[in-house]
Amino acid sequence: MQELVDRLVADGLAPGGIPLWACYLSAMLVFGGIVVFVFILPIAGITTWVERRVAGRIQSRIGPNRTGPAGFLQWLADGIKSVLKEDIVPAAADVPLFKLAPYVVITGFVAAFVVVPFGGPLIIADLNVGILYLTAVTALVVVGILMAGWASNNKWSLLGGIRSAAQIVSYEIPAGLSILPVVMLAGTLSMQDIIRHQGWAPWTWHVFDNPFTFLAFFIFFVSALAEGNRTPFDLPEAESELVMGFATEYSGLRNLLFFMAEWGNLYIIGAVVTTLFLGGWQIPLALAEHPVPRTVLQFAVFFAKAYFWVFVAVWLRWTLPRIRVDQMMVMCWKYLVPLAFVNLMGTAVWMVLFPAGLGGVRVLLCLCAAALLGAFGRRVVFHIRRARLTRQDLSFNPLSTARVIG
Amino acid sequence: MGLGTYLRNIKDAALTIGDGLAVTFSHLVRKPYTVQYPDRLPDGVRVQDTLPFRYRGILEVDLEICTACLACERACPIDCIVIDAEKDKAAGGLVMTRFDIDMAKCMYCGLCSEPCPTGAIHHTPEFEGADYSLESLVRKFVKTPVLAYKPKKGGETDPEIAPILERGMRYVNEFASADAEG
Repeated sequence: MQELVDRLVADGLAPGGIPLWACYLSAMLVFGGIVVFVFILPIAGITTWVERRVAGRIQSRIGPNRTGPAGFLQWLADGIKSVLKEDIVPAAADVPLFKLAPYVVITGFVAAFVVVPFGGPLIIADLNVGILYLTAVTALVVVGILMAGWASNNKWSLLGGIRSAAQIVSYEIPAGLSILPVVMLAGTLSMQDIIRHQGWAPWTWHVFDNPFTFLAFFIFFVSALAEGNRTPFDLPEAESELVMGFATEYSGLRNLLFFMAEWGNLYIIGAVVTTLFLGGWQIPLALAEHPVPRTVLQFAVFFAKAYFWVFVAVWLRWTLPRIRVDQMMVMCWKYLVPLAFVNLMGTAVWMVLFPAGLGGVRVLLCLCAAALLGAFGRRVVFHIRRARLTRQDLSFNPLSTARVIG
Repeated sequence: MGLGTYLRNIKDAALTIGDGLAVTFSHLVRKPYTVQYPDRLPDGVRVQDTLPFRYRGILEVDLEICTACLACERACPIDCIVIDAEKDKAAGGLVMTRFDIDMAKCMYCGLCSEPCPTGAIHHTPEFEGADYSLESLVRKFVKTPVLAYKPKKGGETDPEIAPILERGMRYVNEFASADAEG
């Protein structure tokens, strides 16, 4: 961002007489505004549509398809509906806290976008504590959720808030410990520098650097899902047990803010995974020499990678049932945390033994990932074939076996 | 928990989640089963035609084969069926002057069609019963007084009534048999 302003000033594009700090500030505000209203709000909304369409197809139904082409405008309709709803505050609620809570949640979520890269030089602020800042502000969400749970004066809300606090605080640990190997490899906390430490080719990505970072990638993704309150870790909401958990008493715009934060968080998870492990916006330099098409291409690459993980999160949600509270804790403390420590130590030892990394191991890990994908593809084909063989039994559609009755 | 169990748990978790993801992914490339009733059905298809023979929709009476035995009226737990029938020597049997079913009261239990000897009263697959007044939900089957049906020895010979009776008996018999379809 700073480079961009510097270049504009150097090119004489900035109006004269304005001090440099004012240029920086106005550029920040404009870019921040653009990011919030052109990117964050639609991305959170469109993700709800994507989620519902994917959920529909996974359950062999269609999903929303009436509002706009293929139901694409459903998120706008839902948003307008939510805004128009009455804003109800329960009589016994702690009113100031109750009203404040959604804004704390949304602040924690939007503030995370400050250090999320978008591609090339596009980033609101390339803080030198980037990833640390991100883990810190996303933890603000738990304050908001706990606040909402307490202030609603409702036992479901309170249980949801408590569960959320337990869950997010627990999973911060494996998530943080899985970030550390990457930080050690890159030698920096800055999001842009972590990306610059990787290349466009898969074997230069951090995830394939050594077996420990390969494992750290999965641990981080699972922990990030848990921090984002996504199924199978959606215990704080748990519709079947807690109605809607911490958001039970919220209606209208405040409810919308909670859900915007939840779905927008998916994109942050995808973006952070992409940044830390999957080469971020790196593209072969030969593809585009001019800065503008290069930035566009870098944005497209980064967005595609990040949104793929949004899709994976949605896909996981409609595959796995919600786990129990004790299982959630066992998974964190008995499996993810020890493994994350192994990764941390392993990466440290690896860096001492092979300061320049091992090219062979990187390629081998790439091949491993390809083999995993291949095995997965074979299972998918197997399930499609089996479904085709048993099509008759599976057919619930009365129109497919239409009978005319006398 | 030994190390073996620990590692096996991790392996099991990874494999089963992977296979679960494969199952759900295979659904993404299949056709949805959804029937988009009522406005996006395939051409010429009515959902009513696809429902099972014994679907309990709106009640209907085939007056041609109704014996005016009043079994249905007695069976109805909420008295939504009203039948008026009188002996008429001149006409040669029972004459029905009224056969009303109040569909607003009917709870679609099917108890009326069970005792019917000929299957005259039966449910249809029709279910679109929305209307603007309660009065119009009362179905009046007798327009002009009509002679009740008398079963003939040796089976029905009238070509107009025979198919109706056959259908009615099929309906009744499907109640009786344990392996009934639908």
